[in-house]
Amino acid sequence: MSDLPLLKVKDISKFYGSRIGCRDVSFELWPGEVLAIVGESGSGKTTLLNCISTRLLPTTGSVEYHMRDETYRDLFRMNEAERRFLMRTDWGFVHQNPADGLRMTVSAGANVGERLMAIGNRHYGNIRNTAIDWLERVEIDADRIDDQPRAFSGGMRQRLQIARNLVTGPRLVFMDEPTGGLDVSVQARLLDLVRGLVNDLGLSAIIVTHDLAVARLLSHRMMVMKDGQVIEHGLTDRVLDDPREPYTQLLVSSILQV
Amino acid sequence: MTELATYNFAYLDEQTKRMIRRAILKAIAIPGYQVPFASREMPMPYGWGTGGVQLTAAIIGPQDVLKVIDQGADDTTNAVSIRAFFQKVANVAVTTRTEEATIIQTRHRIPEAKLGPNQVLVYQVPIPEPLRFLEPRETETRKMHALEEYGLMHVKLYEDIARNGRIATTYAYPVKVAGRYVMDPSPTPKFDNPKMHLSDALQLFGAGREKRIYAVPPYTEVVSLDFEDHPFEVQRFDKPCALCGAEQVYLDEVILDDKGGRMFVCSDTDFCEDRRAHGHAGAMLASNGLASDGLPGGKEAAE
Repeated sequence: MSDLPLLKVKDISKFYGSRIGCRDVSFELWPGEVLAIVGESGSGKTTLLNCISTRLLPTTGSVEYHMRDETYRDLFRMNEAERRFLMRTDWGFVHQNPADGLRMTVSAGANVGERLMAIGNRHYGNIRNTAIDWLERVEIDADRIDDQPRAFSGGMRQRLQIARNLVTGPRLVFMDEPTGGLDVSVQARLLDLVRGLVNDLGLSAIIVTHDLAVARLLSHRMMVMKDGQVIEHGLTDRVLDDPREPYTQLLVSSILQV
Repeated sequence: MTELATYNFAYLDEQTKRMIRRAILKAIAIPGYQVPFASREMPMPYGWGTGGVQLTAAIIGPQDVLKVIDQGADDTTNAVSIRAFFQKVANVAVTTRTEEATIIQTRHRIPEAKLGPNQVLVYQVPIPEPLRFLEPRETETRKMHALEEYGLMHVKLYEDIARNGRIATTYAYPVKVAGRYVMDPSPTPKFDNPKMHLSDALQLFGAGREKRIYAVPPYTEVVSLDFEDHPFEVQRFDKPCALCGAEQVYLDEVILDDKGGRMFVCSDTDFCEDRRAHGHAGAMLASNGLASDGLPGGKEAAE
């Protein structure tokens, strides 16, 4: 592991007119680290994620990324071609709704292979073998490779979306409520899978979730957001077991105990 | 013809022709790039070649000789009416012979005879955007062209192989022009794609409804997309043309009766007639000299 941070986020603010999306958020993300951003609906989690992943242009602030050539580049000073190339090779983005991140009208194999073809892979056999390998890694049967994602269940779609993102060996994955809309047993399986992949591949990840259990299982560190600002920040176990801010205490105590 | 008589020559007014010519020049300067232009209403419905007609009207001069083909044939409705249109509005000479023409407007085919540097091929294009059915957003496809993000084009070919075991796209087969822009060669059969490569003739593409003009200048590389283990290949036909015996040409199937009778004849009627005039005969050519009246005998039998 490198001792330099992978991502340096400085004073990111996003205003929608006079309303605040998120305000003065700064943090650093190290290689192999999973950071969870938690908070209730409307607290600015997704706005923050979109700003960091360059899907939204923040009003102020900078995000620097540690490129593979060991230099730091400000994402918002890169040109669009470089940024899009980074997004489809070195990054992944897992959407809450798999239909947003998948091409629903082409087969699972083509969904996984798209990034490979985008970076110039032109050998059908190799693309297909890689796709089969990845489908197996996310526990989808290889004989479903020619089925379209619309024939898949919600959990399978989400796993397919993860395979599609990881096929180019990214170093950083953004996840926006990856378990939203899945039932509890499917959630558990998906979380298990994500945890395994993150460990095996040494991925860094930023996960936005309102589900504290997801944060507990996956993340090393977490940030709690309220009204667009980060109110508490620390190791996951510390924040969840010993919340300091009154709002965090409220959040932790409102988890349903079965 | 006097200077005055050439004013407003060929249907379009001078300002419109100027606008289209500027778009053509830009298209030639950036091979394969789709140049937007202010497409005009033409006296024919969209889908009948309004783009091609505007291109032809913008480049045609009194000395030009025009040939119009539709699916390779000079005698189909679309070809006949567009030819008549230009005879009427421009009073230019028309021909069905490929080598005599200086401008050839085409729908769905490239003539079999090799085109020369003094010829211009004008294509009628229904959907100029090769990425359209994969990515519905125009803003996004433009960005993909600008940033050369063409992975999606191969996703289509991948799907073909996954479903059919081979690349099953047979027409409008995507090509890369001059190593940069991916282009839709209009719905010509992929059989014709190799003819576009390093062609001596200028090739212009006009889409009237979609308001786009693009071009392949002479001697430009045009490469059909493929996979290393599934290389591009053109259609093959088992038999030669039934009328003229030509091989290595694109054939049309003609149904002869309702008992399964059929024949395969050249889709390029001029090429077929020319061969017959030079004494070539196919297996089903009638011996009573039908070849001389200009219509393939077998087609008459079919009608």
